[in-house]
Amino acid sequence: MAALQQITVDALKRSESQLAVQWHADLEASGATRNLKPEEIRQQVADFLRLLTSTLEKGGSANITTTEWDDVRHFLEKLSSQRALAGQDSQQTASFIFALKGPLFTQLQNAFADQPLLIAEQVLQMSELLDGLGLHTIRTYQKSREAVIKRQQEELLELSTPVVKLWDGVLALPMIGTLDSQRTQVVMESLLQRIVDTGAEIAIIDITGVPTVDTLVAQHLLKTVTAIRLMGADCIISGVRPQIAQTIVHLGLDLQGVVTKANLADALALALRRLGVTLTKAV
Amino acid sequence: MTVRSSGTQPIRIEQDVVLARQTARKLAQECGMRLIDLTKLVTAVSELARNTMVYGGGGDMDWQIVEDGLRVGLRLTFRDEGPGIPDLKLAMTDGWTSGGGLGLGLTGAKRLVDDFELDTSPGAGTRVTICKWT
Amino acid sequence: MERIPILQMGDFLLVTIQVDMHDQLALTLQDDLSERISRTSARGVLIDISALDMVDSFIGRMIGMISGLSRIMDAETVLVGMQPAVAITLVELGMTLPGVSTALNVERGMKLLRERAYSQ
Repeated sequence: MAALQQITVDALKRSESQLAVQWHADLEASGATRNLKPEEIRQQVADFLRLLTSTLEKGGSANITTTEWDDVRHFLEKLSSQRALAGQDSQQTASFIFALKGPLFTQLQNAFADQPLLIAEQVLQMSELLDGLGLHTIRTYQKSREAVIKRQQEELLELSTPVVKLWDGVLALPMIGTLDSQRTQVVMESLLQRIVDTGAEIAIIDITGVPTVDTLVAQHLLKTVTAIRLMGADCIISGVRPQIAQTIVHLGLDLQGVVTKANLADALALALRRLGVTLTKAV
Repeated sequence: MTVRSSGTQPIRIEQDVVLARQTARKLAQECGMRLIDLTKLVTAVSELARNTMVYGGGGDMDWQIVEDGLRVGLRLTFRDEGPGIPDLKLAMTDGWTSGGGLGLGLTGAKRLVDDFELDTSPGAGTRVTICKWT
Repeated sequence: MERIPILQMGDFLLVTIQVDMHDQLALTLQDDLSERISRTSARGVLIDISALDMVDSFIGRMIGMISGLSRIMDAETVLVGMQPAVAITLVELGMTLPGVSTALNVERGMKLLRERAYSQ
């Protein structure tokens, strides 16, 4: 594979400011800069050209995964995660690099005006390089987006099941909807943490709003009960509906040592009794 | 899968088990692992490092921080040149022990991590590779 | 030699484990404790592990042994302060420490010890 000629690098360096103007104009025209500040784009365009020329001058190879390209790659990673957060789509983000091709090839045409054979070769080289950088931009853009989605999913999981304080020393976790393994795990972890934070002696897991329980979820419930005991608190499971009771028995799961109550009110009454609290009706 | 960084930690004496745990904890933190997963991993390391020392007569722990697409993980290999495990099926049974322990070392460690691979034969030492993803 | 200190508070012994223990240290603690229970006729032992960020099967076994042997010597054992991540990991490991009494913190643990020790 032929390498980039010194003439190409020189041409690039000589026309940096010209390229910047043309590239910026092309970006504006393509609509890739919507919602972004013009001065920011101008800065990014100038910065990228500076990084690109200095890397090529230092003899950066065609392989952009090498350390010589570290600065360029980091610049693009920062740029694409910033775009992802600004709500730009992948096409707009990738256009940043691809829009450079037009102005750059024009410059190459001028530089190699009397060497038509070299033009094609150098354009191809440059094109491959920019493609690589563009793909890297898209890849990091995708990563940032997925990181955003993952964070939102986790936030949603935590929001969906609040741990509430019923009484001084009594926490309740009312679970509603289908329990999948991951959700059960997250919820149980936050319950355990709340027990430590509040010093609650009794935790009630209410599963009235849970339509079905599979083996994995039932096992998670049992593990949680055991973990709560190891931490030095007690756990009561309330709202076990007939179907779920049947499932548990069918699965052959051992609920020995687990206190269950028909509903949340009974569970709270038991918790209060254990705490030595008696309630009387005011006459 | 790409390797971001790697290294080796010797496991020769009892204190090295503690060092192996501390190394694993530091690396898992670098990976940004959640506290629960980190605790599970460090506990598995403790079990396996102890096996390497007690049953394998000492060995090494190789570590790698690996990247697979969006996931980052910590991969650890425990190597020894000891007598190996003659009956693998038996060794992977909860509660079975050859050394007076509880018999939860190998099976317990397996439950605590995402990937678990065991390679052994009598007289040829033992290699256990585990991986936990963030 | 490195040792974990055992404090005496009236009829009870208090152990706070704060270091990342290697196995020999755990075994020494087990020996020291049984010796102290017998020498002081202690009625109870409180083990505080709130500073431990990991409990593996070896330490778990040590806790179970201490609990068992103190019972034979007529002393109650209460384990306090286990962190959530440690508890979840122990359960996953398959160690549920049956027969070991637990409490959330030192204060509750002492209360539990007093109730147990003086109700007999």
